[in-house]
Amino acid sequence: MSETPLLEFRGVGIDYVTHRGVVPAVRGVDLTVDAGETLGLAGESGCGKSTLALSVLRLLPATAKVSGQVLLDGADVRELNWGQLRAVRWAGASVVFQGAMHALNPVQRISDQIAEPILIHGGRPAGGVSARVSELLDRVGLPKGRSRAYPHELSGGQRQRVMIAMALACEPRLIIADEPTTALDVMVQAQVLDLLAELVAEARVGLMMISHDLSVLARTCQRLAVMYAGRIVEHGPAAQVVRAPVHPYSAALAGAFPTIGDVASRLAPRGLPGDPPDPADLPSGCPFHPRCPKMRDECTEVDVALRVAGPDRDAACVLVDAPGVSR
Amino acid sequence: MTDTANPPTAAMGGRRAITWRRRWAAARQVWRTFARSRSGLVGLGILVLIVVLALLAPVLSDAAQLDVTQATGARMAAPSGQDWLGTDESGRSVLVLLWWGSRISLLVGFAAAALCVGIGTVVGLLAAHFGRWVAAILLRVTDFFLVLPSLVLAVALSAALHAGTGTVILAIGLTSWPVTARLVRAQTLTVETRPYIERARALGGGHWHVVLRHVLPAVLPLVLANTTLNVANAIIAESTLAFLGVGDLSSTSWGEMLHAAWTNGAVTAGAWWYLLPPGLAIVVVVLAFTLCGRALESVLTPALRGGGRR
Repeated sequence: MSETPLLEFRGVGIDYVTHRGVVPAVRGVDLTVDAGETLGLAGESGCGKSTLALSVLRLLPATAKVSGQVLLDGADVRELNWGQLRAVRWAGASVVFQGAMHALNPVQRISDQIAEPILIHGGRPAGGVSARVSELLDRVGLPKGRSRAYPHELSGGQRQRVMIAMALACEPRLIIADEPTTALDVMVQAQVLDLLAELVAEARVGLMMISHDLSVLARTCQRLAVMYAGRIVEHGPAAQVVRAPVHPYSAALAGAFPTIGDVASRLAPRGLPGDPPDPADLPSGCPFHPRCPKMRDECTEVDVALRVAGPDRDAACVLVDAPGVSR
Repeated sequence: MTDTANPPTAAMGGRRAITWRRRWAAARQVWRTFARSRSGLVGLGILVLIVVLALLAPVLSDAAQLDVTQATGARMAAPSGQDWLGTDESGRSVLVLLWWGSRISLLVGFAAAALCVGIGTVVGLLAAHFGRWVAAILLRVTDFFLVLPSLVLAVALSAALHAGTGTVILAIGLTSWPVTARLVRAQTLTVETRPYIERARALGGGHWHVVLRHVLPAVLPLVLANTTLNVANAIIAESTLAFLGVGDLSSTSWGEMLHAAWTNGAVTAGAWWYLLPPGLAIVVVVLAFTLCGRALESVLTPALRGGGRR
């Protein structure tokens, strides 16, 4: 940890100022991503994971108020002026958006759209822009002949490949993938994930991947952070978090994906009752206690901060203290 | 589309040829959809005819026929073999007046519509894109012009400024843009919520880039359809101003003809041939523009088109 991490969140809180009052979407998150590292961010809809990710490039709407520090390469993105911010966008960190169909302009050719960030950042790649576009298409496994296609002429997987090519265009050091495989079928999903993992390993860029699907994150990421109600509730090496979750919420998320061939998991489906809490009206104590299968009396009063739950692992749960609990 | 797919071995010249072939195919597609509307075709036919005739007026006829000192006919003579539409109070042929009047009416119509659409598009785009105080200021200005009776304002403007065709264009353009601005603003707000606009901002694109490259192309078709309707409105406005006597009295337009017919007692003289032609001409041209606008709208709105790709 001697060198500056690529991306560091320090006590980040994000509030949305709405007509209903101030709604906290993210509450005190500390997280780091080093160069060449892949971090997965898991959680249900509305837990604040996309809000957290978009704060890196200051893409949040004007109603969002960010507190704490978001450090990209050691510089707080909140203090950048407009010009510096534009320079950091895409050249420092790029985004693979969810729903590639909508994130691509329907009336422009994909080659023009991939060239767009290169031209914006004044890049003069060797061999010209079109050669660079062909090279990028080649890297994401799209035939060169497709470069003049319009988005609607491509399949869902091909569109997501275009988005990835676009994310790589300016050789950023960090890629944020916001649910890159939603709405793709499982085979294509696997191909896209493998491609992403391969490119990240090849170029040694940091990857922050957001998904509600733990199996997707376990496949691609080295480390995993589970978010609930705007806060990180568990954090550790991906394989361990998925296989032996400490926090009851992570356990429920991991349990939501049955192991193929495991009769026990088939016979005992473990869903999670209830809905995630309304961020404007959080329950007292631990926000998870109304849905927690292992709730204790003190859970309604004590809001637990992250505690050490083993080597390189943290969890925010009262159960962590007692020796040998977890599951 | 698949049959024109780009072969990877295409040379630079071949690629350009393919680009043009595709553009040609796209234009043909637009034309096919437009042509599906019979009323649109009729409107376009009338417009082309009138515009060509107006452009050819100096070639096919003599401007000297407009000179009252050289008029040969009798005062307000009924239509005859020599003067098909009769003559005016000075003995000039109404047909020639109508022909030359189309030039001014169309010029004012197109120029005022262009001015109105230009101002409206810029104001609407800026208000929707920047929002906050920029929108507050621009929209209050728009509201101000919207609530003013535009005819009164146009009359005041043409009276206050130096008389001439340019003044009429300016007066009409300056009073009719608020509706366009509102329309463009509404469409821009819709387009700005699309995810590809967010992507363009995430790419590091500035306001200029986002507006010119992504927002404007998406708003432009609507502006185009709106323009055709604006031309019709501008022609009516010009006629109104001329009829009220605040236009450019030295030039002949359809509105001027109505004004002259009215002030010279064409009604009491029973000279219907002097009043009807300019009035009908205005109706026909405005109708033609409206028909074209409706047909264009169906080209641009996928919901009205049917059989699209998505």
